[in-house]
Amino acid sequence: MSDRHDPGRPIHTKGADDLAETEGATEAWTELAGGKTPPAAVERPATDLEARLEAELLREGLEVEHLTQWQLIRRKFLQHKLAVVSLIVLVIIILAGVFAGTIAPYGFEEIDLQNRSQAPTLDGFHIMGTDKIGRDYFSRVLFGTRTSLIVASIVAGVSTLIGTVVGGLAGYMGGRTDNWLMRLTDLFLTLPGLAILLILSAFLGQGSPIRVAFILAFLFWTATARIVRGVFLSLREKEFVEAAKAAGASDGRIIFRHILPNAMGPIIVSMTLTVATAILVEAALSFLGFGIQPPNPALGKLIADGQDSMTTQWWLVTMPGLLIVTISLCINFIGDGLRDALDPTQVIS
Amino acid sequence: MTQAALKLSDLTVEFDTVDGVVHAVDGVSYEVYPGEVLAVVGESGSGKSVTYLAVMGLLPKPAGRVTKGEVWFEGENLVGLTDKEMEHIRGNRMAMVFQDPMTSLNPVFTVGYQLAEALQTHNPDMSDEAAKDRAVYLLSAVGVPEPETRFDQYPHEYSGGMRQRAMIAMAMANEPALLIADEPTTALDVTIQAQVIEVMKTAQRETNAATILITHDLGLVAELADRVVVMYGGKVVETGTIDEIFHSPRHPYTLGLMMSLPRLTVNLTRLRPIPGQPPSLINRPPGCAFHPRCGMSAGREICRQEVPTLASTNGGGHHSACHFFTEVARELEMQAADLGIQAEGGVLDDVG
Amino acid sequence: MLIFFGMSLVTDPISQIRLVPDVSQQTIQNIVDRKHLDDPVIVQYGFWLKDVFTNQFGTTMLGDKPIWPDLSRAMWQTAQLVLVAEFIAVAIAIVLGVLAAKKQYSFFDYATTTISFFGFSVPIFWFALILQWLTVSLFLATGFRLAYTFGLSSPDPANWFIDRLQHMILPVTALAYVSIAQYSRYMRSSMLDVLHSDYVRTAKAKGLSDRTVTMKHALRNALIPLVTVVALNVGALLGGVVITETIFAWPGMGKLFITALARAELYTLMAWMLVAGVIIIVFNLLADILYAALDPRIRYE
Repeated sequence: MSDRHDPGRPIHTKGADDLAETEGATEAWTELAGGKTPPAAVERPATDLEARLEAELLREGLEVEHLTQWQLIRRKFLQHKLAVVSLIVLVIIILAGVFAGTIAPYGFEEIDLQNRSQAPTLDGFHIMGTDKIGRDYFSRVLFGTRTSLIVASIVAGVSTLIGTVVGGLAGYMGGRTDNWLMRLTDLFLTLPGLAILLILSAFLGQGSPIRVAFILAFLFWTATARIVRGVFLSLREKEFVEAAKAAGASDGRIIFRHILPNAMGPIIVSMTLTVATAILVEAALSFLGFGIQPPNPALGKLIADGQDSMTTQWWLVTMPGLLIVTISLCINFIGDGLRDALDPTQVIS
Repeated sequence: MTQAALKLSDLTVEFDTVDGVVHAVDGVSYEVYPGEVLAVVGESGSGKSVTYLAVMGLLPKPAGRVTKGEVWFEGENLVGLTDKEMEHIRGNRMAMVFQDPMTSLNPVFTVGYQLAEALQTHNPDMSDEAAKDRAVYLLSAVGVPEPETRFDQYPHEYSGGMRQRAMIAMAMANEPALLIADEPTTALDVTIQAQVIEVMKTAQRETNAATILITHDLGLVAELADRVVVMYGGKVVETGTIDEIFHSPRHPYTLGLMMSLPRLTVNLTRLRPIPGQPPSLINRPPGCAFHPRCGMSAGREICRQEVPTLASTNGGGHHSACHFFTEVARELEMQAADLGIQAEGGVLDDVG
Repeated sequence: MLIFFGMSLVTDPISQIRLVPDVSQQTIQNIVDRKHLDDPVIVQYGFWLKDVFTNQFGTTMLGDKPIWPDLSRAMWQTAQLVLVAEFIAVAIAIVLGVLAAKKQYSFFDYATTTISFFGFSVPIFWFALILQWLTVSLFLATGFRLAYTFGLSSPDPANWFIDRLQHMILPVTALAYVSIAQYSRYMRSSMLDVLHSDYVRTAKAKGLSDRTVTMKHALRNALIPLVTVVALNVGALLGGVVITETIFAWPGMGKLFITALARAELYTLMAWMLVAGVIIIVFNLLADILYAALDPRIRYE
């Protein structure tokens, strides 16, 4: 199985066009004007013809410059400045969340009676102030962040797994299976998601972060499923899959060796965006009082508690909110950068 | 001699891309006369289409721009005209037919509406009825059956060939002095191609428009063109009459093009491709852009160092940009002989 | 398409039945008789369905209050909010999307992109709270009342219309912001696609002015996918309404939902879901009609 047909790996040479090639230079330039896409004449997936010529060149001992797929992706991602900055910020936040127990100057429920309703100050290291009963807000926010990140990771993991399996099955099997599975996801997609989540959460998931995470995942897998299905559908028709089939490869081998690796790009991007959505929705659930319940720390709950004294103690609402915004913004930018890096042809977001 | 309908002089077009500046068209000069069909041939990326996007003022902005040179059309230099001034020329005195008729018509408007729009844009006084009459006439002129009914149909109800006819009708609507056809038949079936070529021929004869035919289909060139401009790597490498180009090419690239054609007269077992790839337009090879792929260059220093200029090969209109154009004739004989032998001998080595 | 939306109508209540036994344990025993709670779930469901059609959704579990008057009033209040917000959002998003696409990679483009990324990342409830806080701060600082942060109307307003407007500004802004972020992003990419299409080049080659090309040939095509996005977003909007109405105490469907949920008021919730399902179906139908009106290729299929 030649990996030369691998559509995800652009050859970094210019394709020799024969006279029968239909593609006009015009297209290349129009695309070029889009700017996001590199000019088709300079970088594009290898066609059969190019592959053949490349092979001839190699036979003649001529050098062909190659960048591996991952080198190319890394280079492109690093060009996306916002994504790189976001990645750094996010890593810091994640580390802070993971080591919350060590970093936090106070415990989550620890009360400092001398400093109640304290605005952010370096005094006693209450850098985000304290709440009405004197709990250090920075520590509370830190633990809340940890919960958010845990929930979001579980949601992303579980829903990506379900979405990939369902989408992959639908895309690979096609026909009736595809039809039914896609109707199911369409159904999920049009439902008033938050309302359903609230009901499920209210009756099934009260309190524990893990249960809330699974309820979210139950509704979130559909977006991934649709994307994966699309990729599988198009890859299924590709020559290299046909070739593998002709060579007698089993379905499992085709899916795991030939299709899945090529579908990784979109899966990773959609997983990233799931994390962002999960953080927002979990916060909303907790804010409304139907998500994570005390004593478990949650950013949404902190905001809900601070809401009443918002005008006098601004930090109570602002701080956890800013953290949610920062995390979500970072993930969205990283997702954007990954999308650019992983799929040079896709302009639509 | 009559005045040229279009005269390019030292036209240079550059594009900004993430990878650097692309020198798409580099110092191109030639002209085309009324009633004449000029074919511009070359590989994708040779700059042949971009030249005419520049002429029409349709270069994608802000990435593409004309950095040097002039485009003389009806006594006016189009380079530097404002968008408003160009709008009066486009679709009026100068019209263009594009490659893919499937995507070149707006799917949400009827063909008739799009035709009438072309007419009324340049004739603001034309009534809706007059525009419709004229549009129906144009449709019938390009051989669209039942033009009255077809007028109210949407592009998706047209076949590919019909759409290209409609595109030609749209281009001819205001009887332009210059018609530019960019690969007008490439996207069509072979049988439809012949019909569309006939339509183009008729339209061209009737309006006596100067016609530019951008193509890589040498068969189409032989069918329609009077003169040929061969482009390579953004430069003109050879110009001449159709006879000169087809029977006595004076540039190794043109020779390569001719040799890569399937021929009915010789029983070939394999076609000869030109080895290698088109040059990078960002980092062009020094000297002659073709030298890395040229069999005649074979390590000659001058090819690698000096950019050849376009020079007359016969004291007349046949020009070539090759340091050794005199040798191309011998090369042609050798290769032709070679082909004859190889036709019986079997496997053919690459030209290089 | 239609079949699937029909399915959502059927499925909504069914998913609710599973919750029934759960609730009945929490409910006072003397209601059990009246509401047939000791019958099997499917029978309860039958009684509920009968109530839906013959008795206007029946009455609440606790207090036996008729559901429909409250629900229909709430629907009307929510409709005001959502329609105004969506109308503003779509209008602004089209303008932003078209301008951003026309001036791709300009400062304006980057600015709208950044704004929409914030739109994706800011939790709507937090944004709403910040709006409240800003308004209150403004009022406290200057005494100028830009908007009310609470409720539907004042007890005794001087001018009914202006009063309602002042109450609507904040919830509408909160709702619209998220939509604008999403739609403008979509509009931009759809417009970019169209602007690079062959037929737009043809239109330019005809000598049409840039304005005509953009506003007629490009915009008409770019709007087609936006219709679907807006229609599919109705479900998400109903979710957004739950949050916004809760924060701004707007007595609409969202507030009704949260109140019912807090009281585990099963029959109200089921009626709510049914109504929501119908709304979603109606909007999808509208989208199909609009889609066909915009795209002749669909009409002929």
